[in-house]
Amino acid sequence: METLFFAIITLVAVVSAILVITCKNPINSALSLILTFFCLATYYVMLDAPFMAAVQVMVYAGAIMVLIVFVIMLLNVRVDAHKKQTHKVALGCIIGLFTLINTAFLIFKSRAAMPMGPYNGSIIKQIGHTELIGKEMFTTFLLPFEITSILLLVAIIGAVILAKKKI
Amino acid sequence: MDMITIPAVNLTPILPEIILSVLAMALLLINVFVQSSKKTYLSYISFIGVVGTAVLVGSGWGTHIESFSGAVVQDNFATFFKMIFLLAAGLAILIADQYMEREDCNHGELYPLILFTVVGMMLMAAGTDLMTIFLGLEVMSVSLYVLAGFNRANTKSNEAGLKYFLLGAFSTGFLLYGMALTYGATGSTRISVIATQAGQMGMSSGNILFLAGMLLILTGFCFKIAVVPFHMWTPDVYEGAPTPMTAFMSAGPKAAGFAAALRLLLIAFPTLQADWSQLLWVLAVLTMTVGNITALRQDNIKRILAYSSIAHAGYALVGMAAGNSTGTAGILFYMLSYTFMNIGAFAVIILVGKKGESNGNVQDFAGLGFKHPMLAVAMTIFLFSLSGMPPTAGFIGKFYLFSGAIQKGYIWLAVIGVLNSAASVYYYLRVMVYMYMKDPTEDFAWTKVSAPIALCLVLSVAGTMVLGIVPSIILQYAQEAIKLI
Repeated sequence: METLFFAIITLVAVVSAILVITCKNPINSALSLILTFFCLATYYVMLDAPFMAAVQVMVYAGAIMVLIVFVIMLLNVRVDAHKKQTHKVALGCIIGLFTLINTAFLIFKSRAAMPMGPYNGSIIKQIGHTELIGKEMFTTFLLPFEITSILLLVAIIGAVILAKKKI
Repeated sequence: MDMITIPAVNLTPILPEIILSVLAMALLLINVFVQSSKKTYLSYISFIGVVGTAVLVGSGWGTHIESFSGAVVQDNFATFFKMIFLLAAGLAILIADQYMEREDCNHGELYPLILFTVVGMMLMAAGTDLMTIFLGLEVMSVSLYVLAGFNRANTKSNEAGLKYFLLGAFSTGFLLYGMALTYGATGSTRISVIATQAGQMGMSSGNILFLAGMLLILTGFCFKIAVVPFHMWTPDVYEGAPTPMTAFMSAGPKAAGFAAALRLLLIAFPTLQADWSQLLWVLAVLTMTVGNITALRQDNIKRILAYSSIAHAGYALVGMAAGNSTGTAGILFYMLSYTFMNIGAFAVIILVGKKGESNGNVQDFAGLGFKHPMLAVAMTIFLFSLSGMPPTAGFIGKFYLFSGAIQKGYIWLAVIGVLNSAASVYYYLRVMVYMYMKDPTEDFAWTKVSAPIALCLVLSVAGTMVLGIVPSIILQYAQEAIKLI
């Protein structure tokens, strides 16, 4: 049952991802991207990570997509007939196919046992995913968590400097 | 559910970062109340802050303190690199003010952004967790994107900022993907745990996940230190960015990239040394050759130095490919001397240049030796050092990098390096020929050496010469710094 569900979701994810880059209309591309994000969120749920799924939906499918759609509308991107670049597309396809075969070959070739982290599915279910993330964030990853605030501050300053009319 | 007990944290290792961050935020506030004609004071304050932090960082030499449950460390390696970053920032602040005033973009936010860049670079050098290193890199990069596009009225500066941002974000994807794969292979983001897991499970090149993780991380860093074939952004960004920021960008962040890459490769991925060593061999040859050959055909002096900075990344990669104590200590030494000579050369470029980023071609240096002899002598010293002539710092640095390669048995790599170094003399000498052997076409009346730039030039000349004549003092420090790794 789970495998079947996984297969369906994966199919939807791949098809919508292809639509993102093949759609002529940017709004359609953006909508396909939302679908891809939802499929990713479903993966997180299947991996016992409901918090990640919620964040994925809220931040990516929600906030970031609204931004993208707004920018597209504000810029008023026209669907112009761009030049056909067949040889570039062909080259990209060949490289992509080669990489895919290479990756698949390597993955099937190496089946080494990987070490596990301290948490597995049953422990996560027992304590709770959100609680665990919170705990890790304020203990093991306290410093990275604090650095994030500096990063956001720098981004805000940068946005003001580059975009404000008069500084 | 039980209460979260927050572990005791020792703030000593990140005290320099905290001081610089607080200073930067304070400067942002002060900036609001300072008239636009008096922004020079901000540069003084930030310079004093940088010097003070350098004293603090230097006093931590010889200690080894881990903190935040192993996310960050204070050791000699981090201390050495932090000093390089502070030096680069200090020199950049000294040369920034006059240039920014001339280009009418003397906004006070410049100095806080430089300080935040230093914070990010310090976290990269001191981070012992993939998360710390990544976030440090992002703080550094985001600040640099803004600094590259700081001259808002200049389209080339806008282009530089945007190009750097797009390619930087692209390269971040590689780095992050590599970190995720490494985490998947070893179950931890702590560098020390990655090393023990890899050792216990016998992970070497047979483990594809681990290998791919290392390769992608290396790719991410190669973008940051402008290694061929990931160097495409460098000339445009270096040419378009405000000159003081180009000077800063070519010295500090490059050193930071080497710091984080060295720590990762030597501590986390020693089991893959055979692989990355060979890979770096090829990359080093490519980087040196492409950088030098392309530089031969350039006329714009900033582009020449951009391509030369690519070539210099290649020389440093020679030491990294060797991976032994001579080679890696050579990288530390080379990054320090490169900071002196490169920022010094950019200081002269700022003085020769005119408003609107004009007067930046090699031909515009014609006759500088007759009009401003001291300036021309300083430039000559920097160019000699960049090309690797004795008795300057550049010669000693290259000597150690190449002897590291020879010790490792990479004779051909050293030979190619020396040949490249010889080829590079052409484009450095070309500037000197224009300075001394051509008649001046202009009077250089606009070239006025302000006190901060004079201080920067004196410091750079002194650093270049002292490191070249008595290198043993600094080399001892470099060797001790590399010992802990």
